[in-house]
Amino acid sequence: MATTTSTVPSAGPVAGSRSFLSRLREGDEIARIITSLFAASVVLITLLLVFELWQGSVLPRHKFGFNFFRTSVWDPIFDQFGALPFIYGTVVTAAVSLLIAVPLGIGAAIFLAELAPARVSDALEFFIDLLAAVPSVIYGLLGVFIVIPLMRQYIQPALKHSFGFLPLFQGPAYGVGFLTAGIVLAIMVIPYIISVSREVLLSVPRDQREAALSLGATRWESTWKVVVPFARTGIFGSIFLALARALGETMAVTMVIGNTPVISTSLFSPGYSIAAVIANEFTEATGDLYTQSLIELGLVLFLLTFILNGVARLLIVATSQRGSGLG
Amino acid sequence: MKKIAGMLLVVLALAGVLWADSALSITGAGATFPYPMYSKWFDEYHKKNTGLLINYQSIGSGGGIKQVTEGTVDFGATDGPMNDDQLKAFQDKHGFAILHFPTVLGADVPTYNITGVDANLNFTPEALAGIFLGKITKWNDPAIASVNKDVKLPAEDIVVVHRAESSGTSYIWTDYLSKVSEEWKGKVGKGAAVNWPVGLGGKGNEGVTGTIKNTPNSIGYVELIYAEANKIPYGNVKNAAGIFVKASLAAVSAAAAGAAKEMPDDFRVSITNAPGKASYPISSFTWLLIPEKFSDATKRDAIKGFLKWALADGQSYAENLSYAKLPKEVVAKEVKAINKIQ
Repeated sequence: MATTTSTVPSAGPVAGSRSFLSRLREGDEIARIITSLFAASVVLITLLLVFELWQGSVLPRHKFGFNFFRTSVWDPIFDQFGALPFIYGTVVTAAVSLLIAVPLGIGAAIFLAELAPARVSDALEFFIDLLAAVPSVIYGLLGVFIVIPLMRQYIQPALKHSFGFLPLFQGPAYGVGFLTAGIVLAIMVIPYIISVSREVLLSVPRDQREAALSLGATRWESTWKVVVPFARTGIFGSIFLALARALGETMAVTMVIGNTPVISTSLFSPGYSIAAVIANEFTEATGDLYTQSLIELGLVLFLLTFILNGVARLLIVATSQRGSGLG
Repeated sequence: MKKIAGMLLVVLALAGVLWADSALSITGAGATFPYPMYSKWFDEYHKKNTGLLINYQSIGSGGGIKQVTEGTVDFGATDGPMNDDQLKAFQDKHGFAILHFPTVLGADVPTYNITGVDANLNFTPEALAGIFLGKITKWNDPAIASVNKDVKLPAEDIVVVHRAESSGTSYIWTDYLSKVSEEWKGKVGKGAAVNWPVGLGGKGNEGVTGTIKNTPNSIGYVELIYAEANKIPYGNVKNAAGIFVKASLAAVSAAAAGAAKEMPDDFRVSITNAPGKASYPISSFTWLLIPEKFSDATKRDAIKGFLKWALADGQSYAENLSYAKLPKEVVAKEVKAINKIQ
């Protein structure tokens, strides 16, 4: 990732000193053109996606306008479509999952990269990569057969008993709902956070650690005050990856969230997410307004991902300190 | 080099065999509920007529209607009949009509999980509508208790479970509730996906049964064929004649026979809440959607031939797969309607 840029010497000035033709002959220019086309295709696909989603959602945009984001009735029979409960569900489940996954994931990554013996670290890395490759429907089944019964019988009653005064933990315990979806999502994204963060931490130059230790820092001080800040950008990158997966996850979420378009302050309440409703209703959607409203939901999900990523990046810029090698 | 050439020859020969085999291929798409039936039919029919391959994709009723209207498939299939707007859209696009052909019958059954209750419960239409509207919230509500006198029902909250995704199963269920409850008709209506007043959404029949099994004091609905295949207990429902009937293939066929007398010429009929003492009230036909005109005469004849077979010999495969057979009157009427295909 970002660390490689500091170690690989830049090829720019050398290449610039030769003529275009000679570079063409040697293949440099051809490589440049071809790879730049590949890079441009990413932008092109993004633009095409937005264009298609925009074109495909003309009817609801004209009919509902901004109300699409403000209303919470989703009624295919009477042609009323409001996206608010789905937006709410998507954001809440992603937030819950990150609240759980970020401390756990980064903690595990620090242990694996800094404290564990190399053999243990590599062996565990194998399992983490394995977890990251498990299809989401398997996590959904795990949610249905293990997490939901556990939540309903033990965790939700316990939370209600201890923190029931908070609006977050009220209402009947169905087992399904925002909290369960958030937990299943957390289980799914933790491997991403661990895997990427571990790589980034491992690539922090050795002299950074040695310098800190030679100044009298303890092992933990050198890890927490030098190595982790040094690797911060890469760690944030792993969180973005986790966030993107949490926002867009479909199968596992729909199996455990309860699929009810409801806005509730209680995390016990069943809810719905954008990706889940699109997957559930698109194949059988009849009528243009209904189909196009689902496409507009896709556009909303795209924008939501875009905005949340932007906000997260701003946060990093705002919090990054001078002197952080990769900041 | 020789090896490669040899392999190429083999591949070409194989391709040639496959090509010759698929002399005529007809594609269809639509409802998932009758898919096991249809795939059995297409398979059996192919054994008898090796020159014809029918390829069916179970993409859902809405998808079937859409694709056949677009003209990307030769025929469609649906669990709920096309409405007038959809018929008009087809007529406008193609200049001729699309025909409905009932093929087999299915039913929805109420299934539940109540702590401490093993008995087979009775449900009135009013109770089912009340529960799904969120007006009846306790299991010991008089609307339920009065028809289950010998069962001790708990004073627990009812958890309603419905299908999360659009499905023909939900269409049949909401069609029934719309018929027996004016309030349901006005507030919710009928459709493959509706704005459910209460409840949790489970994905697929298995999602609904899974949620019910996991959640004490819950109620939901699944297809009869699914309940039978997985030995899921289900309740009796009071029919239009006032008798509590447990869903069975015979009771579903009886509902169809009750409705057959008033079968409209386009076969678009709902048989929920059908008359007749033996009728199970939450039953429905499932339909094939066949365009009235085919530009390709061999295709047309192949489809007509298949339809005739499905209505005669094909019906004998239905009961093994837990689908109810069509009543004789309906078959006779359909055989006549096949001649409309040109």
